[in-house]
Amino acid sequence: MNWLSSIIGLLIVLAAAGMILGFSLPIARRTKRTFRYIPAMQRLRRALGLAVEDGSRLHVSLGKASIFSPTNASALVGLATLERIAQMSSVSDRPPVATSGDGTLSILSQDTMRAAYRIANAPELFDVERGRLAGPTPLSYIAGTLPVIRDERVSTNVLVGNFGPEVALLAEASDQQDAFTLGASDSLAAQAVLYASSEETLIGEELFALPAYLQAGPTHQASLRAQDILRWAVVGLIVLAVLLSFLGIVL
Amino acid sequence: MRSPVATAIAIGFGLIVLIGYFIPADSEKLQNILTIRSILIGWAVVLAAVAALVGVFNMLFVNIKHMVAKRNPDRYGFVLVLAFLVTFVAGLWLGPGNSDYQKAVLAVQIPVEGALMGLVAITLTVAGLRLAQRRKTLMAGVFAVSAVVFLLLASGLLGMLSDFPVIGFIQRLPIAGGRGILLGIALGSLTAGLRVLLAADRPYTG
Repeated sequence: MNWLSSIIGLLIVLAAAGMILGFSLPIARRTKRTFRYIPAMQRLRRALGLAVEDGSRLHVSLGKASIFSPTNASALVGLATLERIAQMSSVSDRPPVATSGDGTLSILSQDTMRAAYRIANAPELFDVERGRLAGPTPLSYIAGTLPVIRDERVSTNVLVGNFGPEVALLAEASDQQDAFTLGASDSLAAQAVLYASSEETLIGEELFALPAYLQAGPTHQASLRAQDILRWAVVGLIVLAVLLSFLGIVL
Repeated sequence: MRSPVATAIAIGFGLIVLIGYFIPADSEKLQNILTIRSILIGWAVVLAAVAALVGVFNMLFVNIKHMVAKRNPDRYGFVLVLAFLVTFVAGLWLGPGNSDYQKAVLAVQIPVEGALMGLVAITLTVAGLRLAQRRKTLMAGVFAVSAVVFLLLASGLLGMLSDFPVIGFIQRLPIAGGRGILLGIALGSLTAGLRVLLAADRPYTG
């Protein structure tokens, strides 16, 4: 990496951080903004409410990304989603269960649930068994998660994180139990598989909007706005590069 | 309230590692930051290994608990516990680098994983067939038609058509679509990481 690309990279990061901070300020939140309608998010909120009402369990599967791997952003989104779901279901008879395919992720899922119950003033609900390592390899993770979907009276499965095509087995198991499944992954293969096999799927960057749609906090909504602005900037740069290329100017 | 000390450590270490990414390796003035960054990453790798071990033991204890539960005990948990103990003790005894030990583990792992991959293939075929029943939208139709068209193109069956420029254009379409989705994911990853550095997301209690 040379100094020019370092400076450009640093500027993008600083711009994104500045936007997130700026949009989180109370003055920027005065104007009420509505989110784009995403049917999957509406169905998830409904499924969460129904699960709390009928005393069935919610299952959040966080994928197999190590927190130290480049795909860890989806795991972070999964943890933020888990925290919000744990808070929303703190009055339920059956607390949610989280499964993951990595040791660090399972420890973080336990810690996230502990924090969620502490914030919800219900620390006694925390049980270390609710954040489980289902298996340390991709397929053993799937094999270890299948009994949770089948045996623990789960009515809603939220599959959010890094998966491979083998996630189809989870979606199929959920379908057999008549449970609602929302699939969201940063992997292209998993997105295609989930689109075909799960009830609802989040495509592309919709994954990162999940905590904001569950009202996880103003910073999540601010980061969604920052993400939208950055996306338009990237679109503009691509169009500019295409025009310059047509004119024979190569940068 | 979450621990401010844990938050400060997470932000401080995160910033050092992030800044390290933007410093070229040949920079002499900022070598100290690069050295600190590599030390921190080394610590993180050790912690990840310990966390993996803790996670595996957690998995073992959860399965033992389910196995001996009075209501609906999980009888299959016995297989997992026994397999784990045999593998773990043999690994300690022979060492994980022992070729016989590795052969024995792989002789079980590869057929089991192969069988699961076979199940995945069947499940995906069934899911593809049920797509029309599950999703009755234009998008689902486009998805199904695209899958068939690109499978045919990628299979090489239409090799004689590869001289037509339009076929080359169509073959590049999934790459363009995939890049578009990946750009969105990259931007989302950036904001997700920044939320941790700004202490808005704290997946730890401290």
